[in-house]
Amino acid sequence: MSLIGRSVKRLEDRPLLTGSGRFAADVVVPDMLYMRVLRSPVAFGRLTGLRIAEALAHPGTVAVWTAQDVADIPPIGFRMTPVPGLEPYRQPVLANGHVRYVGEPIAAVFAADPYMAEDIADLVAPEIEPLAPCLDPAASPSGFAPGRNTEAAVITKAYGDLDAAFAGAHAVVALELTIGRHSGVPLETRGTIAVPEAASGILRMYGAAKVPHYNRQALATMLGLPLDRIHLREGHVGGGFGIRGELYPEDVLTCAAALRLGRPVKWIEDRYEHLVAANQSRGSVHRVRAAVDEHGFILGLDDEFWFDQGGYLRTHGVTVIDLTCAMLPGPYVIPAYRSVGHVRLTNKTPCGTYRAPGRFEASFVRERLVDVIADRLGLDPVVVRHRNFIAKTAMPFRREFSALSTDIVYDTGDYAGLLDKFLNRVEWETLRADVGRRRQAREMVGLGLSFFVEKSGLGPFDDVRITLGGDGTIEVITGAASIGQGIETVMAQICADGLGTGLDRIRVIHGQTDRIERGMGAFASRVTVMTGAAVTIAAAKLRGELLRVAGRLLQTAPDCLAVTGDRVVLCDAPGGPSLDLAAIARGAGSELTAEATFTTDRMTYPYGVHLAQVRLERDSCAITVERFFVGYDVGRAVNPMLVEGQIVGGAAQGIGAALLEEFVYDASGQPQSVTLADYLMPTIAEIPTIEVSLFEDAPTPLNPLGVKGAGEAGISAAGAAIAAAVDDALGRAGAVRQLPITPNRLHALLAELPAAER
Amino acid sequence: MSDKQDVTFTVNGVERMIRVVPRRSLADALREDCGLTGTHLGCEHGVCGACTVLVDDKPVRSCLMFAVQAEGAKVRTVEGLAIGDKLHPLQQAFWDHHGLQCGFCTPGFLMLAVGILERDPDIAEPELREALSSNLCRCTGYQNILKSVLAAAAEMRK
Repeated sequence: MSLIGRSVKRLEDRPLLTGSGRFAADVVVPDMLYMRVLRSPVAFGRLTGLRIAEALAHPGTVAVWTAQDVADIPPIGFRMTPVPGLEPYRQPVLANGHVRYVGEPIAAVFAADPYMAEDIADLVAPEIEPLAPCLDPAASPSGFAPGRNTEAAVITKAYGDLDAAFAGAHAVVALELTIGRHSGVPLETRGTIAVPEAASGILRMYGAAKVPHYNRQALATMLGLPLDRIHLREGHVGGGFGIRGELYPEDVLTCAAALRLGRPVKWIEDRYEHLVAANQSRGSVHRVRAAVDEHGFILGLDDEFWFDQGGYLRTHGVTVIDLTCAMLPGPYVIPAYRSVGHVRLTNKTPCGTYRAPGRFEASFVRERLVDVIADRLGLDPVVVRHRNFIAKTAMPFRREFSALSTDIVYDTGDYAGLLDKFLNRVEWETLRADVGRRRQAREMVGLGLSFFVEKSGLGPFDDVRITLGGDGTIEVITGAASIGQGIETVMAQICADGLGTGLDRIRVIHGQTDRIERGMGAFASRVTVMTGAAVTIAAAKLRGELLRVAGRLLQTAPDCLAVTGDRVVLCDAPGGPSLDLAAIARGAGSELTAEATFTTDRMTYPYGVHLAQVRLERDSCAITVERFFVGYDVGRAVNPMLVEGQIVGGAAQGIGAALLEEFVYDASGQPQSVTLADYLMPTIAEIPTIEVSLFEDAPTPLNPLGVKGAGEAGISAAGAAIAAAVDDALGRAGAVRQLPITPNRLHALLAELPAAER
Repeated sequence: MSDKQDVTFTVNGVERMIRVVPRRSLADALREDCGLTGTHLGCEHGVCGACTVLVDDKPVRSCLMFAVQAEGAKVRTVEGLAIGDKLHPLQQAFWDHHGLQCGFCTPGFLMLAVGILERDPDIAEPELREALSSNLCRCTGYQNILKSVLAAAAEMRK
């Protein structure tokens, strides 16, 4: 029986369950120094001086670094989506001349004890002349640097005749919508341990995540090291969500210090630092309008938005803005379209991606609009969606622009079919009737629906090497990364399925730059698609080799042989002569190896639907998510249990984003969300059972397994669904104009209602 | 502030004596002085619960307790749950029901759940939800954690 499609238990769990995991903070090497970073207490200002004499005089001080000490290290570059003109907005590893957000690194202190390093950092006194901060991304651009203002770039994606669409419209619907600043906030904070190996001259960086190979190259370039003198090692990683593992100033400082001080250097971020220094995301303001005909068909969609980038442009370049523009049309035809995204620097923590970047925002905007269109025309929102869906027969469907430098071609999909199946599965009419009855009894309950198209499997390549060793173990060496998503299990399933063996002898390697030359890592829901495809190809090759060698040893034609478990047997006499895998490897010399590369210039586009049922409390303005459903077509699920796990976890983050989570800044740019008691992530008390329906109706032809990605399906349109459900409970389509819907904001919405309805 | 003090306590049934500065947190003492890095620090301000250990059988956030306050106490950490290769029923249930993804919050949830089930082996689901709401997980959305603890509770009642 195939191992693909089976919910096998995870291979990676035992060390994590017994406390023997190796997360960044668990890495200990002899003679280690600890780095503590001094951060700007001011949102925007001129850094005129730093008094470090007192810190230098502390008996525990090994070194104190300011910008002058790292003047030879360039600012951090762009891993993704660069556009011309962004270079002046890159972040230096230590602030130089100006500070641009509270939390910006301005000095680094090194000592042999972490508590002492904090004491010493307290002795460093920055001299900062405060300047008026820029906090509103939609305000007129202000000065950033000579010849540069705070509008770093404007991204436009468009097609069709928008003017004609609006001129011929039956109605025009317009909305202004705001999405708060959120971030992934993984439970493990960031951490880097840089170890200079005297004997080999190699610098080893532990604590790597997400994109070790890219960061290796970037660090080598920034620090002037030959590539073969630096290696990155990923241990256990306590959650990723897009933000962990990107190259940050602290990673560069730690590695530079290890080289220059000639000792291992460890930096472990504390939670306050994380909430002011690690990437944030999402914050944006959209002004959107749609031209529709009398049936609710969207003739044209015109969106302009302002993205709150924060103090610098980081490794993601303009990824979030690019994806917002590209993914806003989603599942609908929309014959004429324009989206204009302004990339605006503000004096807040810089931004990067957070799970479903651009799609969480785009789904919120698009699905709000569809609900308001339905309301304006007196139509059922489900009907309006059906009238606008791209038909199954129109697949593959091309949008006339790109996303992340790949042409957008929706590969497969039956949006109408999924929505119908899903509504049937959740018993939509019964849900509506129940909610209707409760509303008759004056309960404020509502249902909200949102449909979304995801993207996954970003290329351009993935390499895999599979080796059968003389001891019978099978090592699958990948350039992927693990952020807790279960890659070891999934890759082992794919490998075992291809070889015909069991899972127990397979070891999956990821995140080790000294084990494989190239690697793309883990982001953009790419690993099962890309790495999985490379494993499929390599496993087929290895199986061929295995049978060829076994055939020679057994003096039988390879096509008369089969792999079962850990042996190669004769197809027509399974009880006859056979060889175990170890003997075959030894028969081939000492081991057998197969390599494969999978390349693509296209992404694959899964899709789904979210449905929320909420209850509002008039007095406390509390919002309870009573039920939450997700329907998702993943093409093919390698391990349904893990796919569901991804979706449920993402949905919980989406509920947090819709109702609780927000990075708030005061009028002077001081961050107000600096502990986990301020940045409110949901606990189990806020999360209902997430009811997931997986579908496999639209496998993709773009990879040998037919799989699409699953990592972002849970969160993608959760904000949209909850906003729609709150609207429904209020009886006002389009009432919710801002996420998260905090009690204060709900209070304001209730005040908009006629007195009789409150 | 920097004068070290002796602290004697038992950790997972073994008596330990460590010398620590008074400001050293119990979490740091377990991790650095006892080498038990299974106890994780997620916030160091008492919200996330990743550092939960049992002190005299009660779930405690070890980041909010000084090591010197554990003098004479009986401390249990995740490393003490399994007996050899035999996992504790809670560990086994988390494995069986996919109760973890990245695994960083897992030791804290395991110790919290051990504390809950030892106090109330028959705890009902609403009360269990309430008790588990003291810890944060960012990966799982909690429902497999709940499923795992309920399954372990049933197993432990056998």
